[in-house]
Amino acid sequence: MASLIPCPHCGPRPKEEFTVRGAVLPRPAADAPVEEWQAHVYLRENPRGDYAEHWHHSGGCRRWLVVKRNTATHAVHSVTDAAEGRP
Amino acid sequence: MSNAVSALAGRSYSGFSTVREAGLVGMVTLRGDLESPELAVAVLAATGCAVPAQRRRTVAGDWSVCWMSPDELLLVGPYASAPGLVDQLTAALAGQHALAVDVSDARASFRVSGPKAAEVLMKLCPVDFSALEADEVRRTRLAQIAAALWTSGPEEYSLVCFRSVASYAFGVLENAARPGSELFSG
Repeated sequence: MASLIPCPHCGPRPKEEFTVRGAVLPRPAADAPVEEWQAHVYLRENPRGDYAEHWHHSGGCRRWLVVKRNTATHAVHSVTDAAEGRP
Repeated sequence: MSNAVSALAGRSYSGFSTVREAGLVGMVTLRGDLESPELAVAVLAATGCAVPAQRRRTVAGDWSVCWMSPDELLLVGPYASAPGLVDQLTAALAGQHALAVDVSDARASFRVSGPKAAEVLMKLCPVDFSALEADEVRRTRLAQIAAALWTSGPEEYSLVCFRSVASYAFGVLENAARPGSELFSG
């Protein structure tokens, strides 16, 4: 796994300071069928290659971040605050 | 008024560096929009400190202000003044989306001092101490717990963590400061 994460608030930080929640996925509608919610909550692709995940900087600024990285090469493409772009 | 006691009542240990629980320290968490002029005025009036830039710390007299996250500051100063400071900030920020809380009794504070103080912390924190600047605040992990640290004087670091893990923090700091376990010779 990538070992230095460029946090947009704290600068380059070791992965030990972070907690990984999982993939960034579009949230189903509240009244979506249970199968869709089941897939959203439990089913993952585990891809080899580019992947976007929610990481919590639990040992730092305590912000939720979107980390885009490559699971094969460990390259980190971008790290942004998860709240960015929200109203 | 109850008799306030700090987490470890000023326990200290002298190894190749000195580790000391700092006793009663006033700490106020302030959350809000750090860019807002109202918050800057309130912090300046209450502490004499400017709102620090990202990852920085400002000091004026008894009080210092540490940047904690994009919407959080930690104000550090005399224990007895903390409740009054909260009242002052709350009044000054009435109507703003901001919150000031006295967290003095929820935290433990430590000092690690001596010419090799950084070597104690290097063993426990994933921090490049050679790159840590004099006015930088670093939130990180201390062994298995969350902590924040900064340079508080020549050859001295200050460190804060949750009070519930104060004896764990002291234990790992003490162990890391044992004589003979220095990292670098000379």
